[in-house]
Amino acid sequence: MSLSRREFLVAGVATAATALAPGLRLVELAQARAPEEAVTKLQRWGLLIDVAQCADGCNACVTACHEENGVTSHNRPATDAQWIRKVTIKDRQTGYVQSLPLMCQHCEEPPCVDVCPTGASFKRADGIVLVDKHTCIGCRYCMMACPYKARSFIHEDTKDQKPHAPRGKGTVESCTLCVHKVDRGDGTTACAEACKSVGHQAILFGNLNDANSEIRKRLASRPSTQLRPDLNLNTGVRYTGL
Amino acid sequence: MKLFTVGVLAVMLMTTGLSAATAGEKKSPRVSLPTVNVNKDKAEQCVEPTEVMRRDHMKMILHQRDETMHQGIRTVKHSLKNCVNCHADPKTGSVLGHNGFCESCHTYAAVTMDCFGCHTDKAEKKIGAVRKPDTLEKLMRLSVPAAGGKP
Repeated sequence: MSLSRREFLVAGVATAATALAPGLRLVELAQARAPEEAVTKLQRWGLLIDVAQCADGCNACVTACHEENGVTSHNRPATDAQWIRKVTIKDRQTGYVQSLPLMCQHCEEPPCVDVCPTGASFKRADGIVLVDKHTCIGCRYCMMACPYKARSFIHEDTKDQKPHAPRGKGTVESCTLCVHKVDRGDGTTACAEACKSVGHQAILFGNLNDANSEIRKRLASRPSTQLRPDLNLNTGVRYTGL
Repeated sequence: MKLFTVGVLAVMLMTTGLSAATAGEKKSPRVSLPTVNVNKDKAEQCVEPTEVMRRDHMKMILHQRDETMHQGIRTVKHSLKNCVNCHADPKTGSVLGHNGFCESCHTYAAVTMDCFGCHTDKAEKKIGAVRKPDTLEKLMRLSVPAAGGKP
């Protein structure tokens, strides 16, 4: 039996990926999607946010997100786009204050998708909820439907967009879960990276469908919650320590 | 009446014959063609032959846009990003502007282009540093398409 060079190399990688101890792989299978392959339901991307680790007054995730995606401010807070924001909550009885980042929760049953009249608001097979700006007519029904106020409307002409994050006047936008990074196989998001770099490690990105992923292990080992669990949206973003 | 019709026909034939003859001699067209600045620095062939690109570039971009948006397929070849990266003017770094690759021709043809309402018209600063090489990505995959599969 003669093997071509290609077959030999592929077989070698396959052996390396499976021969090691279970759960320990040389090549991360979940992230090895080729550019020409479509996303599948094998992955469901999500975030786990540890509110106990999130520092009050720290804005690193917001800054990093807006820098990564070219979301610029016009110094008009009422209409500026906002993909992620810090929310401070206070227990009125005890005065206990907590701070947490809030962004698109990437619901399994997204209300924004339900109400969109053009199909512009959609959920990818891997669970990322996005706006197809090619078909968005800017009606803003999705903004009204979202229980988390996660979406923004672009009121003004945009310039100097990032090549991976097109954004234009008259369309709605929100957190894309750094879909360009996900597709590239980075295995993280701008907010999670920033949080880690300032030493808080409050945001963890991962595949909720992979039983061996860090995010699944953490979710299985400690209590966590969705925001507004009563709505049964099965959010991809979960909170712990809340 | 008959004579008149024949006369008109004869005049028409003569004029068409004349205009055809003059068109053959004339080198510059009646309306000046746009000067399209092809980026000479790259000195590479475009992703498809020029004739195909002239006629069908919009179909390729449209097809690619839906695949990328909805299925996360990010092949470089027919992507808008690839167009811009290669065709951006080395001076302005853009495909727009008076002599920009896209705008010069679209202005001439009076065809509105919506791409750059959202997409950036500027080339990426670090070309090549953005993605891992294709070959490595392919090697890392376990499911290998048949030999005749997509490149």
